[in-house]
Amino acid sequence: MSVGTLRRTALYDEHVRLGARLVPFAGFEMPVQYSSILQEHDAVRRDAGLFDLSHMGQFVLTGEGVAAWADTLAINDVATMKPLQARYNIFCNEHGGAHDDTIFYRLDGRWLLVVNASNAAKMWDHLNAHMPFSGVGLANHHGERALIAIQGPKSVAMLAPHVRADVSAMKYYFCIEDEVDGVAAVIARTGYTGEDGFEIFVENEHAPKLWNDLLTRHAGEGLVPCGLGARDVLRLEAGMPLYGHELTEAITPVQAGQAWALKLRKPQFIGRDALAAQVERDDFSRIAGLVMEGRAPAREGYTVWHGHRNVGEVRSGSFAPSIGNKNIATALLQPAAATVGTALEVEIRGTRHPARVVALPFYKRST
Amino acid sequence: MAQPEHLLYSKEHEWVKVDGDTATIGVTDYAQNSLGDIVYVELPKVGGKVEQFGNAGVIESVKAVSDLYSPISGEVLEVNNALDADPAAINRAPYDEGWLFKVRLADAGETANLLGAADYEKLATL
Repeated sequence: MSVGTLRRTALYDEHVRLGARLVPFAGFEMPVQYSSILQEHDAVRRDAGLFDLSHMGQFVLTGEGVAAWADTLAINDVATMKPLQARYNIFCNEHGGAHDDTIFYRLDGRWLLVVNASNAAKMWDHLNAHMPFSGVGLANHHGERALIAIQGPKSVAMLAPHVRADVSAMKYYFCIEDEVDGVAAVIARTGYTGEDGFEIFVENEHAPKLWNDLLTRHAGEGLVPCGLGARDVLRLEAGMPLYGHELTEAITPVQAGQAWALKLRKPQFIGRDALAAQVERDDFSRIAGLVMEGRAPAREGYTVWHGHRNVGEVRSGSFAPSIGNKNIATALLQPAAATVGTALEVEIRGTRHPARVVALPFYKRST
Repeated sequence: MAQPEHLLYSKEHEWVKVDGDTATIGVTDYAQNSLGDIVYVELPKVGGKVEQFGNAGVIESVKAVSDLYSPISGEVLEVNNALDADPAAINRAPYDEGWLFKVRLADAGETANLLGAADYEKLATL
């Protein structure tokens, strides 16, 4: 296999030193695991884990026209965001399918838009293709700024000594602009694991020292580096969509259970009419949560049966330590089969295995 | 973990322990390490037949499904049922508690197609 021109984040050398298993991911060499996916998963649920997310796309938007303009491209409200607020938002195509799911951050004098690594090029092109004549400036910082996430119940306790402001007082989905260990940082109380935690944006040059200092200082309290493998199990348990699985150019936010983010009272945005019509008809296939009865995992692409009817396919599947060590999955199902409690079967290598539809999320933290 | 000397190995990273006309089969330490956390294993049926280097089931890690091959031909006598509840035994003790299945050898001469510990070691340290 040729690694070609894979990019590396500012933390690549640290991953190598930590013995990470590196894989190509969205054009970057990224750690899938350091020790074991299950150990890293358990650390996040019990103590805290540290993630390198520097491969994700980061765009900075400036100018008076940003909010109104963004409101015409994405489904959730941008203009109503308060200073230092963060908000989940989805950019759609004309048919209501998703270009990407993203997070906007309203910072001082600028906006930060974080997009999936796999969609960074597509989203950059999309934003540029819809630039207004004036009022909006765009800068692409993909790969130029580091993003480190600390996630887990001990996140506050571990991060607090490094930040001047009181991070425990931060509201969920809000940010501060402060310093971490003396270097400028944007800190957001956001995450993709279902646990408490923070996402920390710093300049590339400061990332290795911050990463190492956090690990050195808090390893004794259980902090471990965590890779993309654990990240995927955690987000699936927490019922969070992953672009390419629960959201695609052909799967709309409404189908993916993200209609809460759809603000139809906004008069005009790309996909609005298609999404409004979809909500109205309510006859669409939709993402549902499944729990397998047995030990065989459901995987992406497996057919789902309801009696004799093929009612859809699995979109994501995993062994789930936080769900009683059961196998969980999301599936895109015909509406009649998607009701909570429905008994279904997932076809695994020609044999049908029993499963049941459950409400999402599979996992909710207790605090 | 150094390769146990008394075992024979396949290029697909299985080991075989021959005992007269029966053999025990498992996957090597290199295999379990490459796979990562094993969460499920599908073994051949007792009474069924396996072919040397033919498909014998599936081993699943958290992220992937991998084909399991039999390093030797024979009739399946026993499978390690404990792996149903504890597939992680394969990671913990691949040569011991993590054994997969036992066969009555169809042709003891097939061992000539397998590698000794020293030759497998070269393969497993690439």
